Amino acid sequence: MNLLNDPWPWYVAGPIIGLFVPALLIVGNRLFGVSSSLRHVCAATVPRGVEFFRYEWRRIGAWNITFLVGIFIGGWVAAQAFPGAGQVVVSDAARATFAGYGVTEVTGLIPAQLLSWETLATWRGALMLIGGGFLVGFGASWAGGCTSGHAIAGLADRQLPSLIATLGFFAGGLVSAWIVLPWLVGV
Amino acid sequence: MNEPKRFTLSFRAALVVYLAIGVLFGIALTMSEALSWYRIQEMFRFQSMHMYGIIGSAVATAALGLAVLKRAGLRSLEGSEISVPPKVLGRGTRYWAGGILFGLGWGLVGACPGPLAALVGFGHTIILVPFVAALSGTWLYGRLRSSLPH
Repeated sequence: MNLLNDPWPWYVAGPIIGLFVPALLIVGNRLFGVSSSLRHVCAATVPRGVEFFRYEWRRIGAWNITFLVGIFIGGWVAAQAFPGAGQVVVSDAARATFAGYGVTEVTGLIPAQLLSWETLATWRGALMLIGGGFLVGFGASWAGGCTSGHAIAGLADRQLPSLIATLGFFAGGLVSAWIVLPWLVGV
Repeated sequence: MNEPKRFTLSFRAALVVYLAIGVLFGIALTMSEALSWYRIQEMFRFQSMHMYGIIGSAVATAALGLAVLKRAGLRSLEGSEISVPPKVLGRGTRYWAGGILFGLGWGLVGACPGPLAALVGFGHTIILVPFVAALSGTWLYGRLRSSLPH
């Protein structure tokens, strides 16, 4: 296995991702989490007198916004420097499900037949892209964290609120994957 | 008591470190394929253990790291004491209600906030749309916050 040429198996990827929790604590006692940066971006750009966005975002959130910019750059670096990036090979069962959705080209990281600038003009594409993104932001803010903050850092710290949030993430995801999405694609 | 002068990272220097850690995390999200819509669907349809393996081993590793850090009682490089504050449960409404809404979105667009950023960086410009939508969702939550149960 070559970490540059091949996708990372779960038992390599998982422990590496888990190490970000202690790493951020060691650097500045920062709790691993991405969704708070969305709040900080709002606070830095369009607070508009909303109390939730009125705080010292530089002192509290500059690290998180910088971390988010880093993630963006990391995606770019992987695309440029890692020949094995972006060639997802899913299970045959998943491939069959996707075929049922009309996704015949399972290439890259996302299905261009569902998520692209062309599909954005259709109600189905708009619901997935705009509706999905909106719910991710609204839900994570309401829940006080997303996959990183609750499902990884919070569960690792054995926090009950994070367990409830993670079960919620999963329940919502199951409804989307088994009911909403099949209905949206007209199966 | 003569304490040795300890090294502390300045605010700006720390930001450079956070940027670098973010880059590594973006690479990890890409190479693990955790940012892929295909992998997220496969997880929710129980068609592969890939994502379960990633999340499970990430939680185990993070828990081990936390246990070591709590015992060590260290200060962070920025100078603050390392401590993880417990989250406030309250009535718990925000966790399940917000969690379910988040999950509904996650299952549709196939990416959570970190992966959205990494996907845009990877070159999928269309993901700017859900990214901006996530920002709008965050903003609207902030606007409605006082009238939502928590």
